[in-house]
Amino acid sequence: MSDTISSSQDAATPIVIVGHVDHGKSTLIGRLLHDTDNLQDGKVAQIIESSKKRGLKIEWSFLLDSLQIERDQGVTVDSTRIPFRLGAREYVIVDAPGHRQFLRNMITGAADAEAAVLVVDAVEGAREQTRRHAMLLHLIGIRHVIVLLNKVDLLDFDQAKVEAVEVSVNELLGKLGLEAAYFVPASARDGDNIASRSERMPWYSGPTLTEALARVPTPASRSELALRLPVQDVYRFGDKRYVAGRIERGRVRVGDTVVIGTQKTPARIASIESWHTAPHVSASAGQSIAVTLEPDVIPDRGDLLHHVDTPPTQASRVRTRLFWLRQEPLRVGESFRLRLATAEHAVTVTSIESVVNLDDLTMHPGTEVPPEGFAEITLSAAENVQFDAFAPGTPDGRGVLVDLQQRIVGGAPLIGPADIAVGEKSIHPSASVVTTQDRQRVKGHKGRVFWLTGLSGSGKSTLARAAENALFSAGVDVSVLDGDTLRAGLCKDLGFTEADRTENVRRAAEVARILRDAGQVVLVALISPLRSDRELARQIIGDGFEEVFVDADLGTCEQRDPKGLYAAARAGKINGFTGIDAPYEAPQAPALRVATGNGSVENAVAQLVSFVEGSVRAGGNARARS
Amino acid sequence: MDHLDQLEAQSVFILREAYRKLKPLAMLWSLGKDSNVMVWLAKKAFLGRVPFPVMHVDTGKKFPEMYQFRDEYTKKWELDLLLGDCPPVEEMDPSLPPAARSAARKTAGLAAMIEKHKLQGVIAGIRRDEQGTRAKERVFSPRGASHKWDIRNQPPEFWDQYATPHEDGMHIRVHPLLSWREIDIWRYIEREGIPLVDLYFAKNGKRYRSLGDADITSPVESNAATLAEVIAELETTKTSERSGRAMDHESEDAFERLRVAGYL
Repeated sequence: MSDTISSSQDAATPIVIVGHVDHGKSTLIGRLLHDTDNLQDGKVAQIIESSKKRGLKIEWSFLLDSLQIERDQGVTVDSTRIPFRLGAREYVIVDAPGHRQFLRNMITGAADAEAAVLVVDAVEGAREQTRRHAMLLHLIGIRHVIVLLNKVDLLDFDQAKVEAVEVSVNELLGKLGLEAAYFVPASARDGDNIASRSERMPWYSGPTLTEALARVPTPASRSELALRLPVQDVYRFGDKRYVAGRIERGRVRVGDTVVIGTQKTPARIASIESWHTAPHVSASAGQSIAVTLEPDVIPDRGDLLHHVDTPPTQASRVRTRLFWLRQEPLRVGESFRLRLATAEHAVTVTSIESVVNLDDLTMHPGTEVPPEGFAEITLSAAENVQFDAFAPGTPDGRGVLVDLQQRIVGGAPLIGPADIAVGEKSIHPSASVVTTQDRQRVKGHKGRVFWLTGLSGSGKSTLARAAENALFSAGVDVSVLDGDTLRAGLCKDLGFTEADRTENVRRAAEVARILRDAGQVVLVALISPLRSDRELARQIIGDGFEEVFVDADLGTCEQRDPKGLYAAARAGKINGFTGIDAPYEAPQAPALRVATGNGSVENAVAQLVSFVEGSVRAGGNARARS
Repeated sequence: MDHLDQLEAQSVFILREAYRKLKPLAMLWSLGKDSNVMVWLAKKAFLGRVPFPVMHVDTGKKFPEMYQFRDEYTKKWELDLLLGDCPPVEEMDPSLPPAARSAARKTAGLAAMIEKHKLQGVIAGIRRDEQGTRAKERVFSPRGASHKWDIRNQPPEFWDQYATPHEDGMHIRVHPLLSWREIDIWRYIEREGIPLVDLYFAKNGKRYRSLGDADITSPVESNAATLAEVIAELETTKTSERSGRAMDHESEDAFERLRVAGYL
């Protein structure tokens, strides 16, 4: 590989610095900027002053950790970008935090990097975040990885010891299909092999870090690939209609015939329009352009313009290699919007093929993807999705999942169409285009599920029905699902075995979820005696599940015995009755506990109503859960 | 495509995303070099038009040359100009250092305009290389109903997919120049012939490198009297662009406090 010569008029090369917390990322960057004369006047004095103020010697990381909280707590909260020049070549150094929610912040910095420096502590070797970071580099398609083995002074600069760590790190990268471009033993603190060759490792003949950075290849041109022009918007200015978009790859010329979207409408590029430039007859990858079409068809945002003979893949089911950014796990059946360039598709997770075990980077079958986890999953859309499989160094297949609140919850590089197995039921749940926010605006409150659990006779249904009445009068769209009503219809095939009771809970939770998604407040009144069943309900419902413990002691309930069930159970006429010969596991930390043993019904109802109102009205989301 | 072409194409993409997704939308026009570049980029994106209002949040303390420039180019560029004024300094947080307290007036003036016009999107010309806390910004930076910047919980932003408002009362600060460096701005001004107030060019050995309120902005030592000379100066300088902006230097956290409260 030859050194790349470029001038400062060229684009800056983004380099992301990753690695386990405390392996020395920030020190490395500080040292690198200092040794290559890239710091502004007075910056070093400023750092020394900030360090002194906190009783530290000189803390290079303060160069990047510009926020007060970062300096006070010694952690990087969010990624930052620093321009950096090496000879005639410009770089942008992206520093990604190794701490909390690092994945979310790391991906923000790293996604468009050309190369990565993976910092590994010579003594500790690869650790959990080393593996996570390497995994993410692999998933987002960064293939040029420089491993910087830091703190080799702690190995006495010993060749054999350094090479042993090199073998283990290479083994880790190999499992991910990555290969280190260079492996640089260094001491960031002392500057060994950063910008100048270390005299303490005469055995090392490879490049220093700056030499390795100079050899990072410049990106290959995407102009020679097949055309992909996703429509960003359509404008009507004056008497002309402009189709605007950025060419993701390939080249388009005036006079070309293109095909538009899954409708396959053909049209001719009549002109490429611009302001304050010479007229264009062609445009290529990376350019944001506006074209006029002949005939004057009106494409939609998200429609892909391509040449007739080089169409993209088209499928309604796609496989993706997911990196999951939400703080709650992902499960089969969840619905999202898949954003792909400017297109957006309603999709449902139809299967989770395998989940990555981060301890040894092996793939295993799994039923959910943990927070900040990695997995291979299948997404189903109601319509066909046009895409090209994800390929490093191109914008192809860069899927991103957003939830109904339009929050970005995961990256989903599309790796190919998924087959529908023979005999498999083809389920294509459709996702709503009405957002949660829209529903809230119309109804004036959030959708939420309040799960009332308690012994038979504790007053769950009485409470739920009275609260329903009061809430409805107050303008809340509310409904009640109670055990007997469910068992009279939806669940009349179920008995009272433990398996049937679990199924009863599952069905109640699924119905509650549908109603909640439609924006309703749902009061579920169900004995649901087992903690594991209520946990199942919480998982099915997800956000907006509140457990309410309707608490009356067994003696009181048995005394009330409104349905004569306790008497029947005592007489042995029914078996497995909760509280008599089946357990009731009381909630340990309910969102609300309503005591119904003594005291007035009115008080209990008022308590529940006020809790529900506080929880579903705007801003009332934050009631503390103990 | 050279570097400036790439920056231009990316900014045009961002402006078009903002115009498509955020309504109502407005662009802040502070009359400085960066915001003139931004207006220019909007004209590139929308074929010679700026299809949303530009806002000048007027502290009343800008240089006279800037007001003259505003009146002239509002007409020449056919801009829909919205003017907003700022509350007096006495109403600002007294615990802020004096220059930062003065700058906080602009935050309050901006907040009032966002409320008044119920804006979902505000386009602002900040750049990452100007200041450490700006280096941590997103291209689409969500602000809650209080307009506060929640640094600890910024949304992920990658592969050109940006945040949209997901709660009532939220708005998005859109930053199309985030990846531009100071020298890119000047090279682009030179390439495109974008007009500027002449305070940026040296007279009697001094010029303004960054323009804020007249009372808290000072000129820097310079003999750069033409675009080419300014660019040559920037190619070798190692002083910070905002060295003449008093509020950045009063205390370590003054600028961060301003930004968290909604300053640009």
